[in-house]
Amino acid sequence: MTTAAIIPQEYGFRDLPHLMALMTGDEKHGPAATSTLDALWVLYDRVLRVSPAMAGDRDRFLLSKGHGPMAYYAVLAAKGFLAADVLPSFGSYDSPLGHHPDRLLVPGVEIGSGSLGHGLPLAVGTALGLRAQGLTNPAVWVLIGDAEFDEGSNHEALAFAGAYGLDRLHVVAIDNSSATHGWRGGIATRFEAEGWSAVTVDGRDHEALYEAYTAPHPGRPHAVVARVEPKNS
Amino acid sequence: MDTMRERFFAVTTELLDHDPRLAVVLADISTDGFAPAARRHPDRVVNVGIREQLLIGATGGLALAGMRPIAHTFASFLIERPFEQVKLDLGHQGVGAVLVSAAGSYDWPAGGRTHMAPGDVALLDTLPGWTVHVPGHPDEAETLLRHAAADGDSKVYVRLSAHRNDAAQPVEPGRFVTVRQGRRGVVLAVGPMLDAVLAATEGLDVTVLYAATVRPFDAAGLRAAVGDHADVVLVEPYLAGTSGNAAHEALADLPHRVLGLGVPREEHRHYGSIAEHLAAYGLDASGLHERIASYLW
Repeated sequence: MTTAAIIPQEYGFRDLPHLMALMTGDEKHGPAATSTLDALWVLYDRVLRVSPAMAGDRDRFLLSKGHGPMAYYAVLAAKGFLAADVLPSFGSYDSPLGHHPDRLLVPGVEIGSGSLGHGLPLAVGTALGLRAQGLTNPAVWVLIGDAEFDEGSNHEALAFAGAYGLDRLHVVAIDNSSATHGWRGGIATRFEAEGWSAVTVDGRDHEALYEAYTAPHPGRPHAVVARVEPKNS
Repeated sequence: MDTMRERFFAVTTELLDHDPRLAVVLADISTDGFAPAARRHPDRVVNVGIREQLLIGATGGLALAGMRPIAHTFASFLIERPFEQVKLDLGHQGVGAVLVSAAGSYDWPAGGRTHMAPGDVALLDTLPGWTVHVPGHPDEAETLLRHAAADGDSKVYVRLSAHRNDAAQPVEPGRFVTVRQGRRGVVLAVGPMLDAVLAATEGLDVTVLYAATVRPFDAAGLRAAVGDHADVVLVEPYLAGTSGNAAHEALADLPHRVLGLGVPREEHRHYGSIAEHLAAYGLDASGLHERIASYLW
């Protein structure tokens, strides 16, 4: 496994397309491949307290939407969790980088995901577990997609988290209008109805994302719906 | 005498007082039994409501945060309903937990099929690394629960039932107990089936082994018991033949025969009592005697 400490953190946001191209061979990616890119970057660059060296007191980021993880791997490489020279192995037999991420293979990855609807329940348990150990600093973040939001397990988790006041829990919902039947009134209304703090922003606007991520939400979990261009436009 | 489930409440409540890593996750079943524990440890006894996918997902998350979670509801809702969560939120994440069920295969026949889970152990057999305890007495349940709570980060299933034997056996996790010795074959009784097996084999020249832990399967114990006469009857309180593969593997290099007795796969659309269901499945003493004797003689 890569020794993270010796990798210099030398990449910025403008390097991400190049890092993604190492995996796909394509400098221009479709909306689906990059739908999470800006939201992930602002989180890792300005919000999350995580680094390759941090242990139990770190923030937790759970990528629930494990589909199309190239942007995720690129950000992890940019932030020193992965060596960039691993990226071209994407999807090959001996690569740690699958088309869905595996926490036991990739440094910095908190959960293995790919089957939809697992991240938010896992994040609820993680928030409960940190609290039970008196660790009140770490924030728990989970990224889901708007179509993933269809999964009933998410609704079990968001209703419970709202009722329980799990205020260290945060959701980023990437909304690229890919849910088959859509969500009338927008995804944020579902969170608000269950007592969450929720805000909807332009998922390509870094300042708007940062502001939404860092909005205070005392006593309540917080959801940020990041709207990006429709997947099928 | 208390039930296995009542013992689970008492033992876990005590363990929570002494081990800060332990947490209990419930889904509205047995919340009364854990009410005193929840008052003492509000952050470590969590009821998620009637949400079984979340029950297992949150259990996985607690384990990812470094806790040793114990999740509990009826077997139908603990293993069968959220099975993908059991597979992915525990096994695939590389974390462990203790899953403790109640009701098993036929504990509440008046409740019908919805509350019967005879396939739970067979389902767990499709996943790697699960320890499966099937105690036959509250004292055994206590021994195995204490062991499971302290068993590192392993994945453990403890299957509790209202069906029980009169006396506890001196169980050790992972070891079969020799209850009776004979020469014409081996009958392996799992958990609450022991009393009926002992009555059924009274006067028959057979060895009776007792298993309160079925995974890992005590292959060495079975091999030692069969000697040079490898005829084996498995009597299990869940789907007939669930441990058939494990028995065949244990005896792979010997000529052998294995008969798997247990709960039939077909739905049994009757209500009634545990005793009536055991009789209907051929798992009472007379039904077992007939099938064991005709197989071994």
